[in-house]
Amino acid sequence: MVDVAYGPSPGHRPNLSDPREAYLAMVRRKRMYGGIILVLFIAFMASGWMLAEERNAGGFWNGLPNVIDFPAEVFSEAWTNRANLPGIFLRSVPSLIETLNIAAVATLLGAIAAMSLSLLATRGLARWPRLIPLFRRTMDALRAIPEIVIALMLIYILGGGPVPAVIAIALHTGGALGKLFSEVAENADLKPVEGLASVGANWSQRMWLGVIPQVAPNWLSYALLRFEINVRASAILGFVGEGGIGHDLKLAMQWGQGRYDEVVAIFLLLFLAIVVIDTVSDHFRHKLVKGT
Amino acid sequence: MTDATLSPSLAASVTASFAARRRMAFAIPAVILAYLIYAAISFDLAGLAQRARFDNAAILLGDFWSHKTHVTRDNRTGTIEVAIEGEARGTYPAGMLPDWVSITEGVTSIDLGTGHFVTYDADGARFVIPGYGTLDIHPEGGKPVLTLPEAANGVVPDWISVSENKVSVTTDAGRFNYTRSKVETFRYEAGWELFFFTLDSPFYGKGWGELISLAATGDRIDPARSNLGYMASEFWTNKMWRHADVAWAIFETILMAFLGTMTAALVALPLGFLAARNFNPLGPFRFAVRRVFDFIRGVDGLIWTIILSRAFGPGPMTGAIAIALTDTGSFGKMFSEALENIDEKQVEGIKSTGANAAQRARFGVIPQITPILLSQVLYYLESNTRSATVIGAIVGGGIGLLLTQAIITQKDWEEVAYYMVLIVLMVMLMDSLSGWIRRKLIKGE
Repeated sequence: MVDVAYGPSPGHRPNLSDPREAYLAMVRRKRMYGGIILVLFIAFMASGWMLAEERNAGGFWNGLPNVIDFPAEVFSEAWTNRANLPGIFLRSVPSLIETLNIAAVATLLGAIAAMSLSLLATRGLARWPRLIPLFRRTMDALRAIPEIVIALMLIYILGGGPVPAVIAIALHTGGALGKLFSEVAENADLKPVEGLASVGANWSQRMWLGVIPQVAPNWLSYALLRFEINVRASAILGFVGEGGIGHDLKLAMQWGQGRYDEVVAIFLLLFLAIVVIDTVSDHFRHKLVKGT
Repeated sequence: MTDATLSPSLAASVTASFAARRRMAFAIPAVILAYLIYAAISFDLAGLAQRARFDNAAILLGDFWSHKTHVTRDNRTGTIEVAIEGEARGTYPAGMLPDWVSITEGVTSIDLGTGHFVTYDADGARFVIPGYGTLDIHPEGGKPVLTLPEAANGVVPDWISVSENKVSVTTDAGRFNYTRSKVETFRYEAGWELFFFTLDSPFYGKGWGELISLAATGDRIDPARSNLGYMASEFWTNKMWRHADVAWAIFETILMAFLGTMTAALVALPLGFLAARNFNPLGPFRFAVRRVFDFIRGVDGLIWTIILSRAFGPGPMTGAIAIALTDTGSFGKMFSEALENIDEKQVEGIKSTGANAAQRARFGVIPQITPILLSQVLYYLESNTRSATVIGAIVGGGIGLLLTQAIITQKDWEEVAYYMVLIVLMVMLMDSLSGWIRRKLIKGE
């Protein structure tokens, strides 16, 4: 039994007649391994940063002073035009609502898809246990494809507007939430399910009445967290693709000088929206998980 | 416990709560449905159905698994050009033709398969369609004139479109266009063209068996190097698919994610100590550090990315810094929470041996939070591989840049499919890699 603690290889078992020496040898060996890993890690990080800097259009040290320059330029222009800000706020609210709607609809649709996918992919609950790997791989693939790829392809087919973004985010959400939901459902108590089975409930009734009530608080909390993430994703998709406040931001940025007041207004609006949503959802998630 | 029977008021309240629950069971789906209907109206779903271009969808899906070869004759000069996807890089060099095209004495014959033949000659062009007849197109005063087979009785079917300056025919075997300036025939074939070797490579058009025997025993095509090395370099420098660039882009994406995540973790760890109640007794200072984390997290990754790409220019370093900055906020919050939840007894034990603050942190605290820390870092590494694709599209680095470029041109969909497959593989690889490391390090399996 003692040998196991020192490793399985019988040729390298320490001499137990001198435990102090054996312990110190083990410590030295551990330190050496740790040191080697640390050196390798530092070397890798340093060479990685150097490589990345070399491939970059501008160097790190040249760019560092500019980090402040651009925001400073933007803010100073916005400050001189600060009288315009309330008007721009009001004008940007519809795009903000569109961004939030994209996130909300995508979260809803994704969560609904994730509910069935996760139950079908959970051991002990699955309708067709043999198909569990299929559903799991489906969720993996949905998670792996970045939203932007689907969104850009759908823009080509469907034309602009918010729908491509909704579909793209919903697909990703389905995969991501499906995995989390399935992890929660795995820990669900099976007794209610058995009880329902004993009175002749079919699969969907067993899930709806036996499992969902148990997992609902956790699922809701994950869905809220996902909504926070999706608000950000929807802003980013707007910036790269079309629709919502991200698109307005891109247009204002491309215009450059002269419309920096608009950039600041949109930045602020987005920032405030994200902070408010995060705070509210944090509050509710605490309530849901702690049950108070 | 004293009164086991249900009092009337209790029974009433239970009934009421059941009724409330029943109302909720209907109200929640109703609210969701109402919201979705509102969203459908505000997203203009009805208008979308009209705007949607399903022919584009067909092009996209077709391009994913097949390619087309253009056989084009310039009607003014009479020169014939055969090009895969009509691209300069895929043009057949002089003296080389696919086996379904033949040119003899100014007559070009194209075999589209299943009995479809196209012929270009001095009189114009002819298209033989089995079961229908021969279409004859000849120029009159520069404009194409279509003669239908006699059996058609002058009725133009809907797969042929005739306008003043253009005749186009679409069949299952291929498409055909005749305009004033040129005649084009498109033949569709399954597979990604020129994926391994381009037309100018000596290995083009050879089967697997032939290639293996060339690599193993064949005479050297280029005396300076082995056939296998030559093949590898021809594949690697493929001008159409640019495998070397793509591999580099994938590496760059992973590099961005790795550098960003690790740097964020390294920066956030000491800051996490400053933000933890049990390590930093100075309330206002702690509060300030926490607000910094909140600010970094709140000002979204998108905004940081934009600001940083203005400062540092496009490239992978900008992406890595953007990831590092955004994640410093998240890591700082998580690390400080983990630090607040440690078991103080171990720290006390270390303290009793006379250890100073740094030693207490190293031997009493770090071992406790290592599992949480590592699993969070690995989880973020995994998810950052994905976001590095998007960030790459904004800052202009890695596979995200290649992908958005390919999508924006709206014709290289096979390349989009290729990049998507690679991205999915990359993400899955990182997923399983981080899962493996997590199991190894944390559970010690």
